[in-house]
Amino acid sequence: MVIEVRNVTKRFDTFTALHGLNLQIQPGELVALLGPSGSGKTTLLRVIAGLEFANEGQILFDGTDAGGRHVGERRVGFVFQHYALFRHMTVFENIAFGLRVVPRQRRMSDSDIKKRVNSLLSLVQLDRLADRYPTQLSGGQRQRVALARALAIEPRVLLLDEPFGALDAKVRKELRRWLRRLHDDMGLTSIFVTHDQEEALELADRVVVMNQGAIEQVGTPEEVYDSPATPFVYEFLGNVNRVPCRIENGKVSLWGVDVAAETHDGATLPAGETAGFAYVRPHDIELLPAGQGEPAVVRHVAAAGPTARIEVSVQGVQPLIEAQLSRKRYLDLGLKVGQQVAIAARAARVFPASASPGPPAGPAGL
Amino acid sequence: MSSAASQRSWLTPSVVPGFGMTMGFTLVYLSLIVLLPLAALVVRAGGLGWDQFVAVVTAPRAVAAYRLSFGAAFIAAAINIVFGVLVAWVLVRYRFPFKRLVDGLVDLPFALPTAVAGIALATLFSKNGWIGSVVEPLGLKVAFTPLGVMVALVFIGLPFVVRTVQPVLQDLDKEVEEAAASLGADRFQTFRHVILPSILPAAVTGFALAFARAIGEYGSVIFIAGNLPMKSEIVPLLIIIKLEQFDYRGAAAIGAAMLAASFVLLLVINMLQRWSRQRMGG
Repeated sequence: MVIEVRNVTKRFDTFTALHGLNLQIQPGELVALLGPSGSGKTTLLRVIAGLEFANEGQILFDGTDAGGRHVGERRVGFVFQHYALFRHMTVFENIAFGLRVVPRQRRMSDSDIKKRVNSLLSLVQLDRLADRYPTQLSGGQRQRVALARALAIEPRVLLLDEPFGALDAKVRKELRRWLRRLHDDMGLTSIFVTHDQEEALELADRVVVMNQGAIEQVGTPEEVYDSPATPFVYEFLGNVNRVPCRIENGKVSLWGVDVAAETHDGATLPAGETAGFAYVRPHDIELLPAGQGEPAVVRHVAAAGPTARIEVSVQGVQPLIEAQLSRKRYLDLGLKVGQQVAIAARAARVFPASASPGPPAGPAGL
Repeated sequence: MSSAASQRSWLTPSVVPGFGMTMGFTLVYLSLIVLLPLAALVVRAGGLGWDQFVAVVTAPRAVAAYRLSFGAAFIAAAINIVFGVLVAWVLVRYRFPFKRLVDGLVDLPFALPTAVAGIALATLFSKNGWIGSVVEPLGLKVAFTPLGVMVALVFIGLPFVVRTVQPVLQDLDKEVEEAAASLGADRFQTFRHVILPSILPAAVTGFALAFARAIGEYGSVIFIAGNLPMKSEIVPLLIIIKLEQFDYRGAAAIGAAMLAASFVLLLVINMLQRWSRQRMGG
């Protein structure tokens, strides 16, 4: 099903959670709404579901306005962050709930309900736990029950609010892969909300990066990672060095590369000299023997794994700069803590300081 | 070591300190405040001898009083469970002017001297009262009948249900209701299958409290009941009458019988509660 979000604005009392958003989601897509807490991602998901109603704008399902329709009539499968299972019902009854509340004329027979629930139970690999109560299950199992319950009503779209938020790292990774396979098998249009950039980039076909009730960028994981549209996207996706620099006549010369400064919002660059920030990915940084470029000192080395992460200090740059080298390159250089080296950049993006977002990078709070 | 520890597991060190002292205090306190007077009651009743005890306890007037006391208390508590849940629902779910005032009003039956409540109710429901003058011509006599007893017991029992259900309703996860709605349940189905089972244990607790309170209620009832023997006489009043006739043993006997019956009933309600809580899965 095609889902279209058209000029949606949502206000709570005095606070505007969504500022006229536009978004189109294609059938069978798996889309991530990514952003820090308070960015409006969950509100957008709830507006699409019909759990909140937009003050302005429309939600179109396959071209027809779903705005007036209540959540129960939209046939959306919604998986809540804390699962929201019915505690007094068994796993079986939880999954059967959506089938049992159908008006009698249209309800399937008890034996059909049983068949459907059992097939869903085996889909989410919980056959043996049908008679358990939710409190007797682990977090990952509850998540799968919530998913099976949402799928029971044969939804036209699956909406998941922070689906892996409450799980520990290992279960999260397993469930993530499992969900991706499930999505591919069923071909159901799915949207999930997350604040975890790694999760969004690994799982989604397209990522919608949100900030303060607005969409910063929409694109495939490669697009948003390789060419972030705004400083915010750079900061939020993380894994990037932010280097303060001076922009002169729209240009910066940083560690051996010349970069043209850009503005993301179409504003013109201030003439003359101005402060700016350069964003450099760790894998776009090269370390050379001392004397072959900008001097730097090795401060920390983490060499376990396929790539070596080296932190170096550069004079006049505040945080340590992280560089990622191949294992071979690291061994060739023979890097040690305290060693003098030279630093060079292969690529960088420069924005004027005025375009810089307020909050620093890093995983947003829950 | 391990077997000794398991046998005496309640003596093993715990993170919560002070078990010995608090438990000791609890036992002494409960003995002094609850058990000792009750024991005195049973001992006093025992002075009668078994045959006489049975005769007093099963006298027709006493049996009629039990029937009224327990019956009216049960019906009143049943009425309160319905309307108490409704009041709690309104107080938790909606915003309206003077909500704090209405919320405070619920506690009034707690605070009001029961005699005052009884006199007020009797005045209201008597032939010339505001309500009595309306319903009595319709053939509904409330004051000075068993129905009046029930009205008084409904009045004093209401806060128990409201105050036990209210916090549970407040803590009810909104997401669970949204989940039910997203699965296609209408408001009634959501209430019936999702909300009601969640608040049922609390409502049963409220019922038990209201019921227990109503069995023992004296002050408000005697003013509205009319106190006709065999008809609208409650057990506490019967006990008072016996005391006034210096029949201390007879009063103690009826008191002991009432005690036993109340205990059994509360035990049953407690078990019901446990069962419903287990059904909730913890």
